[in-house]
Formats: sequence, C-alpha cells, structure tokens
Amino acid sequence: MRIYLDHNAGAPLRAEAREAMLRFLGVPGNPSSAHREGARARVAVEAARAEVAALIGARPAEVVFTSGATEANNLALRGLVRPPNGLVTTAIEHASVLETARALAADGAGLAVLPVDGEGRVRAGDVVAACAPATALVSVGLANGEVGSVAPVAAIAAGLRGTGMRLHTDAAQAAGRMPVDVRALGVDLLSLSAHKLGGPAGVGALWVSRGVALRPQTTGGPQERGRRAGTENVAGVVGFGEAARLARRELTLAAAHAARLVDRLWAGIQTRVPGAVRNGPASPPRSPNTLNVSFPGCRGESLVVLLDLAGIAVSAGSACAAGAAEPSHVLLAMGRDPETARSGLRLSVGAGTTDADVERVLVVLPELVAQIRRGAAA
Amino acid sequence: MRVVVAMSGGVDSAVAAARCVQAGHDVIGISLRLARDGNGSCCSLDDFHDAGAVAERLGFPHYVFDFRDVFERDVVRPFVAEYLAGRTPNPCARCNEHVKFGLLWRRARELGAARLATGHYARIGVDHESGRPLLRTAADATKDQTYFLFALTRADLERTLFPIGELTKDEVRSEARALGLPVAEKPDSMEVCFVPAGDAAGFVERHAAPEALRPGLVVDEAGREIGRHHGVHRFTVGQRRGLGVAGGARRYVKAIDAAAGTVTAAPAAALRASGLVARQVTWAAGHPPAHETSVAVRIRHRHAPMPARVAAVSPAEARVRFERPGPAVTPGQAAVFYRDDLVLGGGWIAEAIQ
Repeated sequence: MRIYLDHNAGAPLRAEAREAMLRFLGVPGNPSSAHREGARARVAVEAARAEVAALIGARPAEVVFTSGATEANNLALRGLVRPPNGLVTTAIEHASVLETARALAADGAGLAVLPVDGEGRVRAGDVVAACAPATALVSVGLANGEVGSVAPVAAIAAGLRGTGMRLHTDAAQAAGRMPVDVRALGVDLLSLSAHKLGGPAGVGALWVSRGVALRPQTTGGPQERGRRAGTENVAGVVGFGEAARLARRELTLAAAHAARLVDRLWAGIQTRVPGAVRNGPASPPRSPNTLNVSFPGCRGESLVVLLDLAGIAVSAGSACAAGAAEPSHVLLAMGRDPETARSGLRLSVGAGTTDADVERVLVVLPELVAQIRRGAAA
Repeated sequence: MRVVVAMSGGVDSAVAAARCVQAGHDVIGISLRLARDGNGSCCSLDDFHDAGAVAERLGFPHYVFDFRDVFERDVVRPFVAEYLAGRTPNPCARCNEHVKFGLLWRRARELGAARLATGHYARIGVDHESGRPLLRTAADATKDQTYFLFALTRADLERTLFPIGELTKDEVRSEARALGLPVAEKPDSMEVCFVPAGDAAGFVERHAAPEALRPGLVVDEAGREIGRHHGVHRFTVGQRRGLGVAGGARRYVKAIDAAAGTVTAAPAAALRASGLVARQVTWAAGHPPAHETSVAVRIRHRHAPMPARVAAVSPAEARVRFERPGPAVTPGQAAVFYRDDLVLGGGWIAEAIQ
C-alpha cells in the first residue's frame, strides 16, 4: 500500500465525484444544444456551478468554468491588466500568476513583486503601498501551496477599498482546507482548481464579481456568459461540482483532521530527526494540511527518491516538466539559501490520510534522512 | 545489490540498464538535467521521456535530477574558458570525471547504491597481481569511449559497471529491439551535447564576457601579419577554415597565443609534432612508470592510437615522443596511453613538442 502525501500537487479523485462523472461519459450532450441530451448536460453544468459557488459563498452566475486554476489565473490577469496599466503581486505566487505577470510586464505593464517574510507572509500594508494610480489589479494567493502560509487578503481588500483597483486571489490551495468566502475576503476575482479538492484534473473556475469588466481570453461561442468560449467539459465540471459539495460539507472535519495529522507529523519529526527545520508559519493562520521541512545535510531530491522507493509519495522544491526538483522560488523568497531551498520536503495530507500513514512516515523518514546524511558525509 | 544507472535517454544506457535488471540488481534509473538552455542535443524533455519509457518497460523506477549548477560550474564555464585561453577543451571527459562519476556517484551512494552503471563503451578488468581494477577498451573498437574515461580513479572503477562494454553497437541495438525498448532505433548523439549544431565558437560568444572576445592577428611562423581574425576562441590547432588568408600554400593553425591574441598559421608540414607535454597525468598503476615506456597514445577521440614512448617528468607530468612525427597536437585535449586494450594512464595536453 502506497502512502500519498502530495495532495497539494493533486488530490485523488473522490469516489462520489467519479460516480457523478461516469454518468456523463459515453453519452452525448452539448449544453448549448436544444435537444434533451443538451438539456441534461446543461442542467448538470448549472447544478455544478451552484455547488462551486456555494463553496465560496458566491452567486452561480459569477462562476466561470476553466481548464484549471492556471487558466483561471491567466484569465484574471490578462483579462484585467492592459499595458501600460500594471499589477501588484508577491514573490511566492504560483507560476501561473508570476509568469503571466512577467509576460504582461514584458508587454509594458507595470509590475511590482512584493517580498515576503521568513515565514512566507506578505504584509497587507506593503501591498497597498505598492499600488500606483496605474495599477489595475492586485493578485495575492490565499494559501501558499509549498509552505502553507496564508496571506492577509481581507486586510488588503480593506486597504484597496475605494481605489477602484481590483483584487484577485488564487485560492486553489485554500478551498476545501479552510473557509473561503468571497464576501468576507472582499476580493473581486478568485481562482479555484478541482483536482486540489478531490475533483478531476483539467477543471477549474474563476469567480468574477458582478460588475467586473473582464476581457475574455478565449473568443468564440457564448459559453460561460461570453467570458470563456468553448464547449463545456461536462463530465469534468460535474466532478468538480460533486467535489465542491463534499468539500463544503466536510470542511470543518477535514481541516481538523489535516491539522491533527500535520501536528503529529511535525511533532514526530522534531523528536526523531535531529536538526529538522520547519519552513512556513510557526503558528496559524496557515493551511492545515501542509508541512514543509528542511533537513540540513540531506538533499530533498534524494529523500524524495528514497521515500518513493519506500512507498511514500512526497515532493521537494518545485518540479520541472520532467519531475526534477528545482530550488523552490518560495523558499528563496523567504530568505533561504539555495541549498536549503532545494532541501525543503513538502508533505501535504488529505481526506484519505490516516494515523497509520503518519506513523509509517515517522518510522521510515528518520532512517532515510540518516542514510542520506551518512552517504553525504562519507 | 542496488545499482544506479545513468540514463541519457539513448539506446546505450537503456541496454546497460536492461542488463543490470537481467543481472538481478535493484536498479534505479537517473537522468540528469545538465544544460541550462535546453537547445543542445541533450537533456531535452524527449530524452527524459524516452528514459522514463524504458524504465517503465523494464519495471524499475526512474528519476530526473537537476544538475544544471554543477554542469555549468565544472563543464560549461571551463569549456568557455579553455577556448578563450587558446586551447580546445574536452568537455565529455570533464563531465565524466566531475558530473557522472563525481556528483552522480555521491547521489547514488545517498540512495544506498553499491554501483553506478553507465552506457559507455569501455570495460573494466583486473590486474591479477595487485587486484587493482583496470580500464580496458571496448570490444567494439569503433565505439570505444575510454578516451573520455581515462581520469577515472581506482575508487571510481571499483564501483562502476559498464554493462555494454563487451557489445558492438549493432548488438546493443538488437538487444534493445529484442526487449522491445522504444529507443532501439534512436540515432546516436553526436558532437558536444550542450553545443547546438556543433557551433562551439557561437556558444563561446554567447557565454563569454563581451570584453573577453577580442579580434587579433593571424601571423606566419616568422611573426609577420598575414591576416586578421575575430577571436582566438574560433580556432583550434590543425584547423584550416576561417583563417582568412588568401593565396599561397594551404595554411593551418599551428599555435594560438591567447594573451597576445595571435593565431599562427603555417603549412601542414610545420604542424607535425614530434611529441607533447601532458599535465595532470594519472596512472592506472597508481604511480608513474620508472623508465621511459612504449605505449600507444591517442590524442583525439577519433584518432587511432599512435606508437610513442612516454616518460614521467614528475608524478603528474609526462613527456610523450611519437615514434613517427604525428599529426597536429591540440592543447586542451587529452593524451591517453594504451598498451593493447589496457589504459595505462593519461593527462591533458599542455603543449606540442616540435
């Protein structure tokens, strides 16, 4: 039995979501069609939209389905920022925000990338102070997928009130793990990913508050109220809706479950592995399911391999397209040296993670760290 | 026994891995991300996918490690610096020494491996008297890669496997076909892996500090100006192209003086060296020979070994005298000493003896 502790890379598809999707595989049905097959698909997509909206306290009409959080982030940034207008973001954002911001900057958009502190937090005041009259959008991720830090999004929203600047947050790593409510956050746009919360990969959503004028990046048919053309991924959207429904229903329990397991993991690692250093916030607020640890003298790359061979899936640093670990830009932004930034091991738990899994990791991990340290010292 | 196999994505390392699996080893395949800008012929995503597909087919785990920093430091920068210093570098030998048998071995040891296997065409024998491992040329002389492996130490050889050293290239391909490996028909890699289209001068120009690229003079053997050039890094000893010298007899690069920025051109006969000086010499026996010794010396990868006599000047320096005046001697390349199929030692060519 393998132990999967990489839910921040992608959570397993929930059985209920899979069942819901199967009802829409192998049958025709374009939601834009007039016939019964089309109507059935249309009803299912709209029901899923309502579930996704409910997860974040939004109105269904404001939810735009996309191919994932990456597309949602692209749509938010490219849909609102037109050079020479600019944007403000932080150094620890996901690549789909940072690289899109850099691409816009290369086209002449103003860009401010704000630093974070040693625990991976940006200060709300810094974000607001970095805004200039030409700033069209502020994009600050809610929960960081690598270290679990949580940004003060509501405080940033309060600071921006009345400026006319729009605020976007990538909540892909927060939804299903902590309460996410668009009104409480005070944001204008919010990105979601289905496969981070037990839905299928290849589906996501951008929530766009009513009244925000978004330039569509995909043009064609009138789908998604003209904000994202193209026939809907009906089965994927249905799976997303079901996963969102479960996430909303189970949120309190899931967060407590994750926090308890992560606390056990960290407590055990501290006792059993000399020199372990936790990367990320020392105390809440933080994403409850994420533990990022460096083991000095022990390469994260080697540890990922040995854990994999021992049946435990975790990740280190950022992964390139081939799966090679690169120094994490998040740990670098938090002031870690490049060697430490390569050694951060990320363990992220999910609904299916058990106490037995944690116990097994706490038996295997210390021995493997010691093995690597012996090899590195020899 | 756990064995890490260095996998390039090509057919040679794929068959090397297959043979390790057949031998009953606990195999881990590792591919290395080396080049910073993946526009050379190596380290492309396709190569990693090919290596991964082979591992999947043979049923062992495969990973990709990011070695770009060490490759840049130990291979790419010295490559650029050597050209700027008027020498012709041998990056494959450096990569083997520092990257594959250096850092990759250290990683392999962290993973609990007892051996590192590669798809090189070379063999490892044993000296029956001392028990020392000895580097031997491949069974397929046309593919032999010992020229790039001479710097491996005794400790390196003791933990290394060359599983295809007894095979010809045709045999490697037919083994790959028999195993259904998806890389069986993949073309051989050529040239230096990180230099696109074999354009070393262009690579140096993109990676050197602009002030290091200086034009200079082409002179004859008497030091008279006979032309101009755009930088010493564009030349290698023995080269004819690019001298821009019109008329008269054909001339070749005889010497490069990077400090003065001059390239000396001369007729072919003037390039025929009678020997060379090699530095950073290592000896398979662990110490230099006591007396001048008859060997076959190889001074370029594609050249056949030539009969010569080698004498140690000091533990790390040797003088080589060719039995017959040889072709052009290129500083920066390796000089590797053979007796029959044994590698006796080798070093880096510092200068020609005319």
